[in-house]
Amino acid sequence: MMEEKYALELIMKGKRVDGRKFDEFRPIEIIPNIIKNAEGSAQVRFGDTEVIAGVKMKTGTPFADTPNEGILIVNSEFTPLASPDFESGPPGEDAIELSRVVDRGIRESHMVDVEQLVLKPEEKVWAMFVDIHMINHQGNLIDAASIAAVTALHTTKIPKIELAKEGEKIDKILRGEYEKPLPAVHIPITITVGKVGNNLLVDPNLEEEKVLDAKLSIAVREDNTICALQKQGSKELELSDVDKMIELAIRKSAELRELVKEAIKEARKE
Amino acid sequence: MGHKSDIKLIVDGKRTDGRELDQLREVEMKVDVVNRANGSAMVRFGNTVAVAAAYGPRELFPKFMQEPQSGILRVRYNMAPFSVDDRKSPGPDRRSTEISKVARLAIEPSLFLEDFPKATIDVFIEILQADGSTRVTGINAASLALADAGMPMRDLVAACSVGKIDGQLVADLNGLEDNFGETDMAIAMQPSKNKLTLMQMDGVLTKTEFDRLFKLATESCKKIYEMQKKVLKETYKRV
Repeated sequence: MMEEKYALELIMKGKRVDGRKFDEFRPIEIIPNIIKNAEGSAQVRFGDTEVIAGVKMKTGTPFADTPNEGILIVNSEFTPLASPDFESGPPGEDAIELSRVVDRGIRESHMVDVEQLVLKPEEKVWAMFVDIHMINHQGNLIDAASIAAVTALHTTKIPKIELAKEGEKIDKILRGEYEKPLPAVHIPITITVGKVGNNLLVDPNLEEEKVLDAKLSIAVREDNTICALQKQGSKELELSDVDKMIELAIRKSAELRELVKEAIKEARKE
Repeated sequence: MGHKSDIKLIVDGKRTDGRELDQLREVEMKVDVVNRANGSAMVRFGNTVAVAAAYGPRELFPKFMQEPQSGILRVRYNMAPFSVDDRKSPGPDRRSTEISKVARLAIEPSLFLEDFPKATIDVFIEILQADGSTRVTGINAASLALADAGMPMRDLVAACSVGKIDGQLVADLNGLEDNFGETDMAIAMQPSKNKLTLMQMDGVLTKTEFDRLFKLATESCKKIYEMQKKVLKETYKRV
């Protein structure tokens, strides 16, 4: 409570507790290929906030309305070890919202070329399961989770597979032996902008998140198109706030994209 | 959203149901449709039908959920199994959970929750027929239900959907447009205060397209607001 009051007082004076500018991120670390058993993975830190995304590839039946496209499923766990406020059990509304916001940023940007994930037309496709595990919650989970999911998918390798022959039921996925990289083209970056009074700031830490009036998460593709928006928080936004928040997100997304590209490049050297 | 198809959504400047680009569907609004509730409303946009009921302020149980300084608002958005083409299994799913959350946050800023410490206001939204834009139809109904319950409100909440279909910007998406269009966006606002309480978008938009779409959305919400005020005035004139 005291920390929150202090954070709020500072913001109203144009400052932040850790000395950052309003448009500055905490130190960001992106480490791909962190989980050996996953087909793709990334650990991401924004300051002390830490999340890990893992991608597992499985075969599945395509959805009826997209019979020749691979499947994307994003799930997140607000693991109890990450925060005293998280309880064990099925995902609550915040975990579900985070999963769906991350999902939309990836899906709507057409990041993955899902038409290349067909194994048997109209019958069998690759399904990409992206699971994001919160490890330490110190604010701004959505942005960290998005970068982790995007990096993990961009460094995912599709395993070799022996499709079930006539009369057989089970496909044999040869984990550890790889066919090719997952066809990922775009790099959408999600930036959450928070509003406190008349101030707009990026990368709110835990205390700042608690005193925000409202926030807007904006997913931006490398061509500066917007592919997802989600307003959060219990107070209203002025119509004029929206414009400034989107401009800020577009500007900052370019910086973060460079970090993601660096991480992907390093991973591909391995 | 954004499925490829050969369906032309706009032909000769008119949409599949004959509407102009910025035209809303036929709208019907009624209040006091569930007399057991403190307030209720039915809202129909074309073939999308939502019923909302508000209960409260009432005592909140379990007690540990009570807030000493303020009441809480709970919103449950649910789709009836028969409301869609392919039967929807009853019960909450991830989509309804998210929609319940954003609907709550769309409405909360209008209420004076500090006036009802330890109490809850429960709003239930049931979608009886789904043909695109269900969450905004539900929010419009919920706002009317709260007004019908006599809840003091900072403003009514008016919500609408807008989108990009066949490259053109349109208002009030029906099911076909929602499924096969390139972009859809839902917004809710307090129209007389020009404040935004809900915004969700998916698809691909340049900043310029977004600005135009946002303007179309706020104008459409203001049209809906006038309809909401009208139905409330007419109901209370009879009393």
